[in-house]
Amino acid sequence: MREVTLAWRVIGSDLTEPLGKVTRVPHPDVLISATGLAKRFGTFTAVDGIDFELRRGEAFGFLGPNGAGKSSTMRMIGCVSPPSGGELVILGMNPVTDGPAIRARLGVVPQDDTLDVELTVRENLLIYGRYFGLSRAVIAERTARLLEFVQLAERADDQVEPLSGGLKRRLTIARSLINEPDILLLDEPTTGLDPQARHVVWDRLFRLKQQGVTLILTTHYMDEAEQLCDRLVVMDGGRIVAEGSPRELIDTYSTREVLELRFAPAEHEQAAELVAGTKADRTEVLADRILLYVHDGDAALDQVRRLGLEPLASLVRRSSLEDVFLRLTGRRLED
Amino acid sequence: MAAVPAAGARPSVAGPWGMAVRALRWWLAKYRRTWRGSIYSVVLSPVLYLGAMGLGLGTLVDQHGTASLGGISYLAFLAPGLMAAAAMQTAVGESMYPVYTAVKWQQTYQAAVATPLRPGDLYRGHLMFTTLRLTMNMVIFLGIMAAFGVVRSPWMLAGVPVAILTGLAFAAPLDAFAVTPRNDQPFNVVFRFGMIPLFLFSGTFFPITQLPAWIRPVAYATPLWHGVTLCRALNSGAPDLIGALGHVSYLVAVIALGLAAGPLTYQRRLNV
Repeated sequence: MREVTLAWRVIGSDLTEPLGKVTRVPHPDVLISATGLAKRFGTFTAVDGIDFELRRGEAFGFLGPNGAGKSSTMRMIGCVSPPSGGELVILGMNPVTDGPAIRARLGVVPQDDTLDVELTVRENLLIYGRYFGLSRAVIAERTARLLEFVQLAERADDQVEPLSGGLKRRLTIARSLINEPDILLLDEPTTGLDPQARHVVWDRLFRLKQQGVTLILTTHYMDEAEQLCDRLVVMDGGRIVAEGSPRELIDTYSTREVLELRFAPAEHEQAAELVAGTKADRTEVLADRILLYVHDGDAALDQVRRLGLEPLASLVRRSSLEDVFLRLTGRRLED
Repeated sequence: MAAVPAAGARPSVAGPWGMAVRALRWWLAKYRRTWRGSIYSVVLSPVLYLGAMGLGLGTLVDQHGTASLGGISYLAFLAPGLMAAAAMQTAVGESMYPVYTAVKWQQTYQAAVATPLRPGDLYRGHLMFTTLRLTMNMVIFLGIMAAFGVVRSPWMLAGVPVAILTGLAFAAPLDAFAVTPRNDQPFNVVFRFGMIPLFLFSGTFFPITQLPAWIRPVAYATPLWHGVTLCRALNSGAPDLIGALGHVSYLVAVIALGLAAGPLTYQRRLNV
């Protein structure tokens, strides 16, 4: 949107202002930009030269399996890990020299909650807010609001230790918002939570997104990425292998539908050879299933049956980011 | 015009010590939950040592003449040295597992460096807390000495800051070290082969001249001997100025080394 507006100004400016002036305006909505960003630990390369931009108000995701370099990237953005190469600009500042000033405007939800379990819910927010130099009065007012938001108001004076994983994660989210950050960083926000707790966290994050909070998150759950991210990059082996909205990625790298077939173990291999003869765009043979990437799943199933194959089970579904990942890397996300 | 936000409504970045005070607040918040329990040991430990060693063993020692102790009772000999040793114990206890817990088991340090605080601010903040603990414990110790009737000179008031410096000469380097190990094994080594031998052989319980000559330089090199010697001298009246300055300079030098190392070791561990 912003670019369109600027272009229009150039065209419609009647030359009352010089064109050069417009182009020199740094894009005000770019909050983070990385160029060739790299992180090495000794001889091991965790992040291998990645480029990305984060814009105000969007929810941006890094999707990839464990070890893809997502957390290392997050730590560099969080200014707790100096880049080994490339350029990283956050809120117009340099993370190496302006770490404290940048961190003052970030909210961080780390993979491990890092709460002080000996203190109460309220004390955790108080201490954390004081780290930012906020006054007690301001913290008290925000604590009431934030605990309401994450549905922890009744537990405000309870010790953190006995809280469930889901409640601890919600407290960590409340804590990350105490300084009213410009950008919220979430590293695997629902890893380790049970399905119900995950949905509560997703709901809260979705509300934040609706309120216009800029989110940047890592995940190895495709459903999380699909639900929360406006735009994402797929990472593998320290590199970005694809970029786009979940819809764009699926349209670009997968078919409309997927036919999943399950055969008896004894027939699995033979069936895999036979289905190669169908008109599927692509087939993937997994250890327990065969995936056919097709436009029309039901039609493909008929075709499979006409080849004389009778699967134990079959499922026709829409393509997902999991399929995108499989296509791009040849591996499944959660392996 | 937008309203000017109230002070403290926006995150701010302060100078190194201002940031350290923010880190200190966390230790104070934790201590507020546990101080009652800690007070018992702060009071009980000196009472037990002064009672058992000073009065019990001391009665036997005094029967054989106290010339080698400078003509004073064993209790009066022991008490000021024990004060410096107690400072060491407080400092060692505060500088190892609490730091290790914060960086390894609870990762509360990792939470703190995600805020404007830097690793060095955490180090300095914890050292400030250790200083407060030492101050509290040493004032209590002096009170117990008075109750045992062994404060022999008003100069012993200066024993409190000297004991605090002695404690910090252990805390500053050990705190810097405590963020580095990947398991807690080194701490047992420090306790068993560092603190306990120092406690026993640095002149607290008997004059160091009782040790073989070849091993005495080891005692001279440890901060505890300097603290013990100066505290004992202060309890006997105005100390020799040059000697006192020497002891204090040594302690300050060790603290300065720690202060230089701490921000680096913390950074290496927390900003990888």
